[in-house]
Amino acid sequence: MNVETAYQTLRTGKVSDAMFGVVHGVRTWPFSLKSGAAIVAVVALLGVLAPVLTPYDPIVGNYSEALDPPSLAHPFGTDNFGRDLLARVLYGAAIDLQIGFVATYVPLVIGVALGAMAGYLGGWFDSLLMRLVDLLIAFPFLVLIIVILAILGPGIQNMYIAIFAVGWTLYARLARAEMLVIREQEYILAARALGYGRLRIIFRHALPNLIGSSLVFSMSDFVLNILLASSLSFFGMGVQPPAPEWGAIVSDGRDWLLQAWWIATLPGLAIIVTGLGLSLIGDGLSKILGQRNNPAL
Amino acid sequence: MSANTAPQSLPKSDGASLLTVTELTTEFRTAGGTIVANNRVSLWVEAAKILGIVGESGSGKSVLCRSILRLLPSPPAHIMGGEVWFNGRDLFKLSEAEMQAVRGVEIGMIFQDPMTSLNPVWRIGDQITEGLRVHKGITGKEARQIGIELLHKVGIPSPQTRIDDYPHRLSGGMRQRVVIAMAIASQPKLLLADEPTTALDVTIQDQILALMLQLQEQTGMAIILVSHDMGVVAETTDRVAVMYAGQVMELATTDAMFRNPQHPYTLGLLNSIPRIERKVDRLIPMQGQPPNLLKLSRGCPFANRCPVATPDCAETPIALREVEPGHYSACLYPERVSA
Repeated sequence: MNVETAYQTLRTGKVSDAMFGVVHGVRTWPFSLKSGAAIVAVVALLGVLAPVLTPYDPIVGNYSEALDPPSLAHPFGTDNFGRDLLARVLYGAAIDLQIGFVATYVPLVIGVALGAMAGYLGGWFDSLLMRLVDLLIAFPFLVLIIVILAILGPGIQNMYIAIFAVGWTLYARLARAEMLVIREQEYILAARALGYGRLRIIFRHALPNLIGSSLVFSMSDFVLNILLASSLSFFGMGVQPPAPEWGAIVSDGRDWLLQAWWIATLPGLAIIVTGLGLSLIGDGLSKILGQRNNPAL
Repeated sequence: MSANTAPQSLPKSDGASLLTVTELTTEFRTAGGTIVANNRVSLWVEAAKILGIVGESGSGKSVLCRSILRLLPSPPAHIMGGEVWFNGRDLFKLSEAEMQAVRGVEIGMIFQDPMTSLNPVWRIGDQITEGLRVHKGITGKEARQIGIELLHKVGIPSPQTRIDDYPHRLSGGMRQRVVIAMAIASQPKLLLADEPTTALDVTIQDQILALMLQLQEQTGMAIILVSHDMGVVAETTDRVAVMYAGQVMELATTDAMFRNPQHPYTLGLLNSIPRIERKVDRLIPMQGQPPNLLKLSRGCPFANRCPVATPDCAETPIALREVEPGHYSACLYPERVSA
């Protein structure tokens, strides 16, 4: 199958043109998008290749090497259990990226779908959904999550359930607001005049146009979710020890700050760098999405 | 606000009518009151013919087209009465699902602003073939081929490459051609064209109209062409309806209307057209403004601007009456309209 055929297949298949159009033109990406994507790609790669990159075990440590400062043998030093910190950070990359991704994009899909439908259909569906959103947003986010976790018990799965139950609301509001504008656009009226049904119009015609703001927001949300996972680990409710989730490492490191500053700070650096990469992606995305609607840019 | 209550002698086609609108009344209920945007509108189009609908902004032309296809959102718009017979069915009695099978397939519609009529994030080829996929189940290579042919038909050069373009790569005139291609993709029997050339410059306007005429000849499609440009209507249409304040003022063949207008409003429109071949110091506009649709009087809505109005014009409800064979006027005193 040559490139041309692959191109055609991809294009006429189910992949939304909006997404394909973005991926297709990497060369034309703004610098922020390229650099952000590069950073995140490197972090992801490091996480995936962690077992290959480091001989140390992130879970079981060597007590005789506990609290060693950064050195050639341990570039990031060791923690109080004698575990190599670099190894923990590398293995943690996979965990944190996964948590961030799932905690961001599952609520995004749910929220955008519901919000778009509410915005377009209006009526009782809209009222019902928005009242539900109001209800959930009335509680402080973290408090709600903790309550749900207290009921369900700790662990990654339950953390996901709690985040899904609450996180979709942000995206629902964003998507609904955009939809209220988009449904007045003439191409939506034209789509109705062509006899397309409501669901088709909502999901195929309106959605690619309204998802921009949600995607840009999702980059911030990604970072925030990583931090959320850390906070929950602090309470012992999210990722359970000994899993090397960055926030958990930072949190544990607080007890050793004066003796072993590297335990708290170096994983913190990893969070910062990842967050930077994601923010750059968000920046670049908002540029591209702005360009699409305004050819002058 | 009071709906016209006079009995109409209903325009009768000789049975060759494709679409017959009978006493269509559409209201908009707003916080400020109720606006009767279409007030017992009656007209018809014959198969393979072109009906022009002409009138000022706010006369109800666009609302009429959207009422026919039932595209108006139901609050605040409400269809209060009338029938729209198309192909032996009253469109107002159809369910939404049945209506969706009519839209785009049997009746197509194109809108005024080509810059916003196309979805900016879809390629034009996909937008054109969507209709084929939804209504006729044609997909993939076959649909793409039909798309290329359609683009060729509407006069887009290099259709095999341009079919993958995004709308922002196309000029206004080309976008309108794409819009037309989308509308005719399923070969509808009737095309509602709501001021398709108003947003385009004059040379492109000419091309688009010529294209529409050409397509109409090739496919035998009927067209309702809404415009506020008398010149466009004169050149393109077989018959014309003149609308004012939501009502049909005159309905006739284009020829008869331009030669022998039977309504003072029509005469006023014709007189106000600037003539390039004569040198004049002043143009002759119509005095006054269209009435506030929230506060319509019982009588003729044109009475306050009419140069030949009589005192009872403002009080007596108007209706379309046949003043000559095939020529209808809503004027109470058409004989006072001297050419």
